[in-house]
Amino acid sequence: MMKRNMIERIANCYSAFLLTGTLLLSFTAKGQTTTLEASMQRGKTIYVQRCVACHQPDGGGVPHMNPPLDGASAVKGKDKFRLIQVIVKGMTDRVEIDGEFYSNNMAPHADLTDQQVADVLTYIRNNWSNKAGAVTPAEVKAARAKLK
Amino acid sequence: MYKSIFLFLLVACVACDSTAGDTLQHRKSITVLPDSNNAGLKLPNGFSALKVAENMGRARHIAVNQQGDIYVKLERKLNGNGIMYLRDLNKDGRTEEVNGFGNYTGTGIAIHKGYLYASSDEEVFRYKLNDKGEVENREAPEKIITGLINRRQHASKSITLDNNGNIYVNIGAFSNSCQEKDRQTGSMGMNPCPILDSAGGVWQFKANVLNQTYANGVRYATGLRNVVGLDWNTQTNKLFVTQHGRDQLNNLFPQYYDDKANAELPAETMYEINPGDNAGWPYAYFDNQQNKLILAPEYGGDGKKVPTTSFKVPDMAFPAHMAPNALLFYTGNQFPARYKNGAFIAFHGSWNRFPLPQEGFYVAFIPFENGKPTGKWEVFANGFSGVEVVNNLRAVAHRPCGLAQGPDGSLYVSDDNKGSIFRIMYQGNQ
Repeated sequence: MMKRNMIERIANCYSAFLLTGTLLLSFTAKGQTTTLEASMQRGKTIYVQRCVACHQPDGGGVPHMNPPLDGASAVKGKDKFRLIQVIVKGMTDRVEIDGEFYSNNMAPHADLTDQQVADVLTYIRNNWSNKAGAVTPAEVKAARAKLK
Repeated sequence: MYKSIFLFLLVACVACDSTAGDTLQHRKSITVLPDSNNAGLKLPNGFSALKVAENMGRARHIAVNQQGDIYVKLERKLNGNGIMYLRDLNKDGRTEEVNGFGNYTGTGIAIHKGYLYASSDEEVFRYKLNDKGEVENREAPEKIITGLINRRQHASKSITLDNNGNIYVNIGAFSNSCQEKDRQTGSMGMNPCPILDSAGGVWQFKANVLNQTYANGVRYATGLRNVVGLDWNTQTNKLFVTQHGRDQLNNLFPQYYDDKANAELPAETMYEINPGDNAGWPYAYFDNQQNKLILAPEYGGDGKKVPTTSFKVPDMAFPAHMAPNALLFYTGNQFPARYKNGAFIAFHGSWNRFPLPQEGFYVAFIPFENGKPTGKWEVFANGFSGVEVVNNLRAVAHRPCGLAQGPDGSLYVSDDNKGSIFRIMYQGNQ
């Protein structure tokens, strides 16, 4: 009896765990998709307002003047801190980007909120041929704390 | 098949050469056959074109010697060289032999009175040409100008020469509109703009004096944001320049300018320059819709206010942002008479007209008489971009950047995107 009880309890517990896990998994999966899509939508609005003039609608940039974002190793890469830094602090250094030099200065966009920086980065990292994953407001917040 | 055509052409060429008198000088070019599709260009009736060379890198400005061989200044080294020398050995109009030299990159190049002049983004050099139009001492040019400012933006130093021993050098402003913070929304302009001391104008130097610096030069004209195209008009002995107007009115001052206003403003401009002229940058720009100078928003303007200081008004205004990268007064006899002494302008093409399509990517013409424009500008050679409508710069094939006139009166156009050199000829009836 006791043995049966125990087995039942374990089974119940297990199924409850399974159920919770499944729920949790599906919620997370659904949540992530929704979050990414919504973030990209918001990011696109910011891109059109602030970025498209120089980086162009196809993210291809302007040769020798404004660097491309589509296919750019830094945009697709793991160093999110550097990307956040470029958005927040701008860029005026002469640096080589994927074998090319670009002449125009990029203004800082320090007035964007953590959410907006995350959204526009999520957009450029997952639009065109890029598939590099999201940037979260928490990551932006942490990076900004270091940038001050 | 190709071989026989080649032989036929060679024979035709030799025959033509041996029989052509001075009166038939311009007919010589007929031995040079155009490409069957005119190199993809759309031209006025009677004109044709060919691709002289391809894959010559970032071919900025070009110069053609009396032999019809071409010097190309490169913005980035190709096989370790900053200047390419293209020779047409069999006189079919196409390059067979490519030689490189020059350990520096840049934009400016010109042939004048037996010398080849070429610029980096900080210096100007010259090389003596022999009677074959060749540079004999390729590795030891004379450095005539040094120490010019280069801060990435608008760094190219275009050059032209007069017939009085002077060379004119554009020194572009290292800024969009002299804001305290370059290209930042709402940042106001520095007053007076300190950039104008060393840039944002055209400087005059001696063509034959070594190691000149700012101290030896004369600021010939100021208030010019970035002049990439310039040429000396030998009819009236005047310098003419084409200026790239400022960018991003909508991004920087959205309270006064929407996207459409930015796409159409300000005008790209051409000026006849007199010593001491001031074209107004960064304090004012030319609005080609209101047809007057407007106070820049960085200096208190709102899109309507006019400047209180008097600045030079352009001799020709073009649509915004098209980037006039080369200017050439045509002095040849090959083209029909209306082109003689007129101005050709190579438009590199815009990037700052979103959400409207980008514009330019063609060679324009302005008819002139006695050194003054006699009509509006017109598109002369189009089709360089290879697409009907340019919505993204990445889709563009060729971007016109340099112009030169050949000894037979052909017009050469360089493309700094794919490194093509085009030659445009007139073979119709005069």
